[in-house]
Amino acid sequence: MSDQMTDAYAGSGADQSLHGHVLNASGGDWDDVAAEASALHEERIVVNMGPQHPSTHGVLRLILELDGETVTEARAGIGYLHTGIEKNMEFRTWVQGVTFCTRMDYLSPMFQETAYCLAVEKLLGVTEQVPERATIIRVLMMELTRISSHMVAMATGGMEMGATTVMTVGFREREKVLAVIEMITGLRMNNAYIRPGGVAQDLPPGAIDRIRDMIPSLRVGLRDLERLLNENPVLRGRTVDVGYLDLTGCIALGVTGPVLRATGLPHDLRKLTPYCGYETYDFEVMTRDTCDAYGRLRIRIDEMFESLSIIEQAADRLQSTPGPVMVDDKKIAWPAQLAIGSDGMGNSLDHIKNIMGTSMEALIHHFKLVTEGFRVPAGQVYVAVESPKGELGVHLVSDGGTRPYRAHFRDPSFNNLQAVAAMCEGGQIADVIVAVASIDPVMGGVDR
Amino acid sequence: MSEPTPQTKPESVVAQESAAQTAEVHAASTQVATTDALPEVLEVRHGMFGAHGTGDTSGYGGLVRTVAMPAPVQRPLDGWWDLVPEVLTRTLPDSGASYEAAVEKVVADRGEVTFFVRREHLVAVARALRDEPELRFEICTGVSGVHYPHETGRELHAVYHLLSITHGGRRVRLEVVCPDADPHVPSVVSVYPGNDWHERETWDMFGLVFDAHPALTRILMPDDWPGHPQRKDYPLGGIPVEYKGAQIPPPDERRSYS
Repeated sequence: MSDQMTDAYAGSGADQSLHGHVLNASGGDWDDVAAEASALHEERIVVNMGPQHPSTHGVLRLILELDGETVTEARAGIGYLHTGIEKNMEFRTWVQGVTFCTRMDYLSPMFQETAYCLAVEKLLGVTEQVPERATIIRVLMMELTRISSHMVAMATGGMEMGATTVMTVGFREREKVLAVIEMITGLRMNNAYIRPGGVAQDLPPGAIDRIRDMIPSLRVGLRDLERLLNENPVLRGRTVDVGYLDLTGCIALGVTGPVLRATGLPHDLRKLTPYCGYETYDFEVMTRDTCDAYGRLRIRIDEMFESLSIIEQAADRLQSTPGPVMVDDKKIAWPAQLAIGSDGMGNSLDHIKNIMGTSMEALIHHFKLVTEGFRVPAGQVYVAVESPKGELGVHLVSDGGTRPYRAHFRDPSFNNLQAVAAMCEGGQIADVIVAVASIDPVMGGVDR
Repeated sequence: MSEPTPQTKPESVVAQESAAQTAEVHAASTQVATTDALPEVLEVRHGMFGAHGTGDTSGYGGLVRTVAMPAPVQRPLDGWWDLVPEVLTRTLPDSGASYEAAVEKVVADRGEVTFFVRREHLVAVARALRDEPELRFEICTGVSGVHYPHETGRELHAVYHLLSITHGGRRVRLEVVCPDADPHVPSVVSVYPGNDWHERETWDMFGLVFDAHPALTRILMPDDWPGHPQRKDYPLGGIPVEYKGAQIPPPDERRSYS
């Protein structure tokens, strides 16, 4: 008891009379704590799972009220990774915004970039002027990212259930995708590759061949995962009928993505309200009707095959679609030729030589556009894309200035995490981990 | 009950057509807007680079820039948009309101429609939008706060985006305004339970109080945090950084453009 007197987090005397004896596991010997708990003849315990816990996908804190092994109440506590990205974006130019939003859901950077750029283009009214080639590259990059994101969902989900082979296979396959993304953008993640008006840089020589080489080996890897998971009795035992959330629950809670598609509703914004020309690609929306973690897992695997098919179609189109990758309007297009140097992507030395040595106007223009940025007519837009986790929405407000007046991201993980209580309460504590993994939350996106 | 003309066609056809029309329709509507009413001026800014008074040697001191948002439009609205006022006019009296009382103005801009709803009628409007078969906006994709400190008496805006899966991905935006002195907006959690966390975030970031929310607590910032970080009067903060020998000031002290 003397420990509790000095413990800043100990319950006060008043609390104890109201709620009974308060136990604190603030260091000390666990046996003593357990003995004290058993002396009360009560099984009800409130456990803080996280924010530092290997199976909570980063810094998610789950507050679980347990009766024995049964979860009677589950609440998610978030905010441990809040970095004020939205606020920061209000202090940078429209182009710099890409560099910030790419860091939100760090496993699917291309989706934030695309959604943000589509919104800026809509505000500018240049949606129609974005070159075809840039749009195809965007689709290509998004689908590559969808695969890498789903791979992490598989890998970490498997690891959290104790299946380390799933983890190694998942990360191994993801690395193939990241190698291609690195070749194209210069970075594995936080790419800032998609820019208002197009993309930062055309594909480097040999990129299409590299993608074509990757696809068969990725198919093999995906088959490995399928063989490892689909009929695995241990995995089925852990995931079938676990984390149940039906269509009514999903719609009420605004849950989208694989969780919603696992209820049988083929809801996919790429089909419902196509953007970036998705209506011209041939692919299926994958569904299951099990409403459980197993269905979501199968949907993710199926979606990766569909993404591979879209990537093949995009690669075909890129070979027959030459052209610029940025709008013609020199008041919007970044006035630089970028090159990938030893320290990442930056201005090409040739371009700098040109503007410094031969054209004063180009130098002034470069300076104005880079320091001040372009102005965007006042108004507001909402643009949504189908990210690997569900509907990623961007609400952008412009006051006619050189910076966003307000940038709000409706991150699917943030919304979907609300379903933790509905999925977990009444179940076993071990199933909480499976249910959370099946939502696939990424805290960078949740907390922004 | 008179059926609206587009409703004589099958639902799905209407949805497809209206989606296809929205782009061209929007061009027409903005033209109407400019002749109908002037853009709404929120703020007038003077000078440049944030410099004021005699210290401004930039030569930009006389610059005047007005911040104006798109002007409201009158009915009839384009395509399926007009269904919203039509259905609301019919159904709102059941809950003791009327369309004119509930909707302050409508803005159509860039192919998107915004209904400015008076806060006392927000829940009734949201319920009608969700439940009426012609509208059926099943999903609310959250609420986003916007702070306009220069719009006296209407400083805080809560912006809701609704999605109808039934009608092929239609979207509408609801905007509710309230003064800084009385930052209360009714919660729509009773209609859209998924808005729970979104409203907590908007409270946390903007100080908007959502009345009747089941547990309106901070969600991203610590419980004892003073202030609401995404308001315009809340500083970004930061310290100067040294880069290649030069002192780079924090972002909110760098040069800004009016």
